Amino acid sequence: MAMQPAPQPRWMRWVDSRLPIFGSMAHFNAYPTPKNLNYWWTFGSFAAITLVVMLVTGIVLAMHYTPHVDHAFDSIERIMRDVNHGWLLRYVHANGAAMFFLVVYIHIFRGLYYGSYKAPRELVWWFGIIILLCMMATAFMGYVLPWGQMSYWAAKVITNLFSAIPLVGEGITTWLWGGFAVDNPTLNRFFSLHYLLPFVIVGLVVMHIWSFHAVGNGNPLGIDVKSPKDTLPFHPYYTVKDVFCIGIFLLVFAAFVFFAPNFMGHPDNYIPADSLVTPAHIVPEWYFLPFYAILRATPDILFINAKLAGVIAMFGSILLLFLLPWLDNSKVRSANYRPAYRVAFWLFVIDCIVLGFCGAAAPEGIWLDISRIATAWYFFHFLILVPIIARTERPKPLPFSISEPVVKTAARA
Amino acid sequence: MAEAEAHGHGGETRRDFIYLLGGAMGAIGAAAFAWPLIDSLSPAADTKAASTTEVDLSAIKEGQAVTVKWRGSPVFIRYRTKDEIARAVKDDKASMPDPQPDAARHQDGKPQWLVMLGVCTHLGCIPLGQSSSDKKGDFGGWFCPCHGSHYDTAGRIRKGPAPKNLPVPDYRFVTDTRIVVGEKPKKAAA
Repeated sequence: MAMQPAPQPRWMRWVDSRLPIFGSMAHFNAYPTPKNLNYWWTFGSFAAITLVVMLVTGIVLAMHYTPHVDHAFDSIERIMRDVNHGWLLRYVHANGAAMFFLVVYIHIFRGLYYGSYKAPRELVWWFGIIILLCMMATAFMGYVLPWGQMSYWAAKVITNLFSAIPLVGEGITTWLWGGFAVDNPTLNRFFSLHYLLPFVIVGLVVMHIWSFHAVGNGNPLGIDVKSPKDTLPFHPYYTVKDVFCIGIFLLVFAAFVFFAPNFMGHPDNYIPADSLVTPAHIVPEWYFLPFYAILRATPDILFINAKLAGVIAMFGSILLLFLLPWLDNSKVRSANYRPAYRVAFWLFVIDCIVLGFCGAAAPEGIWLDISRIATAWYFFHFLILVPIIARTERPKPLPFSISEPVVKTAARA
Repeated sequence: MAEAEAHGHGGETRRDFIYLLGGAMGAIGAAAFAWPLIDSLSPAADTKAASTTEVDLSAIKEGQAVTVKWRGSPVFIRYRTKDEIARAVKDDKASMPDPQPDAARHQDGKPQWLVMLGVCTHLGCIPLGQSSSDKKGDFGGWFCPCHGSHYDTAGRIRKGPAPKNLPVPDYRFVTDTRIVVGEKPKKAAA
């Protein structure tokens, strides 16, 4: 039944016997993939294609951009007005960052729902978190490069987070800035790192994919592959599915680029940076809003002042994810078979969206109260609710194999 | 038996020692090379050199404030009114996150001149309050719009997430109406 691959040409065999490059590619073709993956599993491909789009547009944009405080803003305007197709490259790159976070967040929520972080895929999960952290750093530094008002003040506020560290904080911020304020040295190093980090991300993505290819994909039922009947070769079954879905994803991406390129941006960033005037309402891009809400919501905790507590809570909200495989020690992976966890999961999704709205609102009055409750819920979810559910919940019976429910449904029809 | 001869007596061998020494030298070498890379990111000599700004105060009227740029950051200079000084002194005993008497906020004998870094100690935004139409917060001084910190008429933090008072930089009166920001006051003058 298995398709016999065509015999390799001589030159391929010559190369393969020295460097098994084509043999490794054959691994991807034949890679046995659970046959029940649903559409939520295509978001990893969306992330991969977006990374490629960001790299390609970014490399070309860098050929037109000038990383100097006196010229950066003007060089961006030149890209928008004078460089051939410059507007397209920049809008693809700017909206691409937002699309990247969109698909990665959905990818992460998929992992949370289907227990993709559980044994034996803890390292897949860890590499994923490290990728997320690198993406955040890259996106932040990229946002600074146009040197508009929002760029400048984002740089100022975020680098000031480090001044919250006791004793050495001030020294660290001066070192990060390369001066006594955010200035040209800061812009230069951000440009350098913004160019470097995406390649680091490529390396991490390789580790991320390698680490689940070693143990096999998870799947919506959350049970292990039992026999070859449960799988399909990755090519052509999943390559075709992924390419089709990428087509739909690119339609959404293109809709933003061509019809609402500034929908997710802030008009203030079309004003050149001014180190003496802070814009009246500074907010980060939407994909940072939940974390921004946590930063601002945290009050004084015991002897820790609100500033340091906010910074700890914000970084902690992500670092906490590293512990998730142990906080949730339920043997059942998929939330489809975990009634209580499923409710907790959806409450958590709502909580993250609420935090997003809180991050966009001014930190006063009712919004401050809501952000505090939502922040508390975020930590309550991971540190108390999930461990308790994992240890007390009675899961529904799992199907015997991946092919079993399919066979049953087919028999009923 | 040649193998045994290469070994020392107490279970530790010369080879172990060489491994340790080699490893340590490698680590020291790597650290020694890393330091110039790390330290190159600290402020360069020209950045440090451009670190004083001279300001003429004679044009500032009572109740007015000006903002000057020093080391890339704004410095707030306010010619405080008698009311504002009195209000700040009255609050010296009030509870605040970073307690400081008003006398520690200005130079001796010149309570009318308040010179501070106009950078919110929370996350570095520029507080409002320099122009007469600005929102000045609950204590009549400055208000940071980013995250809602309120500073009083001595630039002390009274409410909101900022942990510290607006910092007072080193500055020196060259004459009664000229200051140099970034230089320590002379001992004799104090």
